[in-house]
Amino acid sequence: MDAIQKELLEAVAGLHEIPVGAYNIRADGKSVERNSTSNIEIVSKEDKSGIDIHIKPGTKKESVHIPVVLSQSGLEEVVYNDFYVGEDADVTIIAGCGIHNGGDASSRHDGIHRFYLSKNAHVKYVEKHYGTGDGKGERIMNPMTEIYLDEDSFMEMDTVQIRGVDSTNRGNKAYLKSGAKLVVMERLMTHGKQRAESHFDVQMDGEDCSANVVSRSVARDDSYQLFDSNICGNNRCSGHTECDAIIMDNAKISAVPELSANHVDAALIHEAAIGKIAGEQIIKLMTLGLTEAEAEEQIISGFLK
Amino acid sequence: MLELRNICFQVPDEKSRNAEEKGILKDVSLTLEDNKFVVITGPNGGGKSTLAKVIAGIEKPTSGQILWDGQDITEMGISERAKLGISYAFQQPVRFKGVTVFDLIRLAAGKELSIAGACEYLSKVGLCAKDYINREVNSSLSGGEIKRIEIATIMARRTRVSVFDEPEAGIDLWSFQNLIQVFEEMHNQLHGSILIISHQERILQIADEILLIADGQLVKKGTREEILPQLLGTSDAAEFACKKMGSGR
Repeated sequence: MDAIQKELLEAVAGLHEIPVGAYNIRADGKSVERNSTSNIEIVSKEDKSGIDIHIKPGTKKESVHIPVVLSQSGLEEVVYNDFYVGEDADVTIIAGCGIHNGGDASSRHDGIHRFYLSKNAHVKYVEKHYGTGDGKGERIMNPMTEIYLDEDSFMEMDTVQIRGVDSTNRGNKAYLKSGAKLVVMERLMTHGKQRAESHFDVQMDGEDCSANVVSRSVARDDSYQLFDSNICGNNRCSGHTECDAIIMDNAKISAVPELSANHVDAALIHEAAIGKIAGEQIIKLMTLGLTEAEAEEQIISGFLK
Repeated sequence: MLELRNICFQVPDEKSRNAEEKGILKDVSLTLEDNKFVVITGPNGGGKSTLAKVIAGIEKPTSGQILWDGQDITEMGISERAKLGISYAFQQPVRFKGVTVFDLIRLAAGKELSIAGACEYLSKVGLCAKDYINREVNSSLSGGEIKRIEIATIMARRTRVSVFDEPEAGIDLWSFQNLIQVFEEMHNQLHGSILIISHQERILQIADEILLIADGQLVKKGTREEILPQLLGTSDAAEFACKKMGSGR
């Protein structure tokens, strides 16, 4: 890997060197480093681009890193990664995509991730998106995430996209069986002329399952954001979704919350708020000695923390 | 030394048809000497909070001058005054999503601060530090909790002038004694002055000086010994009132 790729890798996966545990590092369309462990096996797909990750039942406190970096301008790829998580396993999966585009052609990475969690499995999934480069070519990421949660399994998903991605269309679908739990935290900041769409479709099919989808975003300059969620309660279950956005400059934000209850014991809540930074928040921080710009920065970084 | 000279603050009178100006502060002059504990009291709507905001730079006076050690700071903004050494505790503290109690105290201290250092300020205002240090300063905090955190941020700043706008509001009786101690300690340790807007007799009782502001004007000014009996009613006054009531029967 070259210096640019290493820098991207650090930004998206926090990696300075080769990670501990299982990993697959993909650079410019090829798998460059891979390691399986006795509990976690990573194999290439035979029919299309991507990998299958098999996590043995009962695997505890192990991690899988699957970062992707693109530094070749004009490269467009669709990658399929499937995670099969065994019963009672408890693992952390760190994905992330960094694109450096110094050229004029668009670079695009569409990661299609599917998670199959067996009974009582727990996954913490962390995903970061990042773009750099001063070329005119766009940096595009269209991640698709499908989550299948078996009984009493628990998936935490943490996604962050703070800078440099010109266009994103994120799709998330989740299917929950009895006792399953899904917690999603999305943090997003757009600037320039960026566009970011997030779509969530959560089907709570089993008894006593629960879902909590939270999005915090900041839209600056001329950027555009769309948050569109549909939480469906098809059984006795509880669902909560929250979209909280700070709007700045000439940005535009749309929040389209949808709740569907198909069962009398489905308890569903949606909260949405869009607004600029409250003037009194800036004033308070200024009375602590911060300048207006510093105050704004602190408020945004706290909000997206 | 902070000096206010002939401060007027006017806003358009909404009730008036001729867009007349309504005076919130009318020609207020006062001097806050170093290392003094001054309490401003008076009826609601009398202009006390506006005066505090004028000192902090949040409101600009329509006319008059503010001097800091003789230097005119009337045109100076909020941040510059804060850096100069003026702290201001909000009557209704501001809430932030995502900003933690530790973040706020660290920003207030204006330097690298250890968790233990920040916890010390929280303990002083009567909050169990480990329960609060990582909490967000958001709407999950009660009015009394956020009020105490606000006071902790002012303590962390350690500035020459600290202005508190009704710090007792929302603080329960149990914590009140603790609050009095906080102010006494700040007064003893800092070589600065404290200006508190308050209606509380017990805060008035620890003041060096008391100012009474009503209808936008400084009505009375003097030492605690001079002013407090007038405000609370002297024994002579009580006797007089009783006699009046007695004769009316």
